[in-house]
Amino acid sequence: MSGLSVVRAGALTTVQDLGRPGHAHLGVGRSGALDGPAHRLANRLTGNPADLATLETTLDGCAVRPDTAVTAAVTGAPCPVRIDGRPVAWGAAVRVPAGSVLDVGRATGGLRSYVAFAGGVAVPPVLGSRSRDLLSGLGPEPLAAGHTLPLGAPRGPSTGADAFPWPAPPVTGLVLPLVLGPRDDWFADDAPRVLARGGFTVSSASNRIGLRTDGPSLTRVEDGELPSEGMVLGAVQVPPDGRPVVFLADHPTTGGYPVIGVVPEAALAAAAQAVPGTPVRFVPVRA
Amino acid sequence: MSAAAEPRVLPVGRHALLVEVDTAERAQALHAELLRRRAAGELPPVREIVPAARTVLLDGLDDPGALAADLAGRPVPPLATADGEPVVLPVRYDGPDLAEVAALWGVDGDEVARIHSGLEFRVAFCGFAPGFGYLTGLPERLRVPRRATPRTAVPAGSVGLAGPYTGVYPRSSPGGWQLIGRTDAVLWDTGREPAALLAPGTRVRFEVCG
Repeated sequence: MSGLSVVRAGALTTVQDLGRPGHAHLGVGRSGALDGPAHRLANRLTGNPADLATLETTLDGCAVRPDTAVTAAVTGAPCPVRIDGRPVAWGAAVRVPAGSVLDVGRATGGLRSYVAFAGGVAVPPVLGSRSRDLLSGLGPEPLAAGHTLPLGAPRGPSTGADAFPWPAPPVTGLVLPLVLGPRDDWFADDAPRVLARGGFTVSSASNRIGLRTDGPSLTRVEDGELPSEGMVLGAVQVPPDGRPVVFLADHPTTGGYPVIGVVPEAALAAAAQAVPGTPVRFVPVRA
Repeated sequence: MSAAAEPRVLPVGRHALLVEVDTAERAQALHAELLRRRAAGELPPVREIVPAARTVLLDGLDDPGALAADLAGRPVPPLATADGEPVVLPVRYDGPDLAEVAALWGVDGDEVARIHSGLEFRVAFCGFAPGFGYLTGLPERLRVPRRATPRTAVPAGSVGLAGPYTGVYPRSSPGGWQLIGRTDAVLWDTGREPAALLAPGTRVRFEVCG
């Protein structure tokens, strides 16, 4: 079986696919690529079905050396891409010769780049998925220099993509639709206005579990303790400090802080690409 | 059962519902009823059914509105008497908080082991970590608070108590439960089918060993 060796792991590079839905009742979260459209596009460019595993980088990319020639593609956060030091295209299928180094550089916008290889990263699946879940610890360890990763056999011809959907990374700020509930009645009446007014920024404490915010805090009117209840992807949980946290793919399956509303999944790819300091506001709507 | 047996249904985003009832027992009954209805083909396709303390979350629904109307008007039938044998977990009752729990219960350590191993529990829900079950069945007078300062590392297999629950840590992790003993049973193994020894609805007994 062919494989990759990790030359430079980057700040945090993990194996991701479409995650492991269907196990939340056992305390196992969905996980999977945070920027789903970018993961799917990288797979499409290399001729892979959407469910094969890619590498998800964080801010400063990674570098890998395949032991056989392989078609690869980098999507998500735009960045310089080099093969043995020579610049090649981002957002397109490129051929990496055997033994050459594919270097995915630092993101010039956004946060997370996706690197697909024809045949996919073929680590053994856990509960049907190759995704690393940083909260539960399931799936392969984050990449480290010197690691090797197996690659699967290529399935089909790569797509000569001349046009593809590319959601531009947030420039002026992140605007997140928010469907209110189930616990919006735990907050002061002005909470939707506070959320809509903005003034939030993406906190540097954000990770694959949640996008944390700095800025205004929401006032609770219900003081009781909420018994643990099930949590969904995109849930905006408000801990005692009043600062909203948007749950991303590695979120806990149950939680005891009230959820004021839910960001629809389609808006979460942009949230996954928002660097710390990005301004955030919400657009609350009634369910 | 009173009229309160009819659940309250709250919207969660565009594709999920949170069904809320007023007691832990009704939440378990609601969960069992929803699993029965799904198995009988009486529910629309749903990706996740996640029980918790007073609620059941249904996630991945195409049309939550229609199901919400159906669920809101439907009283929850009481939990059926379980048949079959419970899962039995052998425990060495030698945990670091055994004396503390014994003091809170007003008994000695051997009596804690005798009482805890004499009860039958049921997994109300899972969370915190894969395969970590919150087991109900502890009488109200035996409830103990969490530790004031959580431990940074609780060994795998530790048997603990917190509030209305008892549970077993599937792997080493931080934790604030009062630890009364330890089991060698493997609670979570992704190489096994099923990976989780304890799933919501599983009945559990503890057995004194060593």
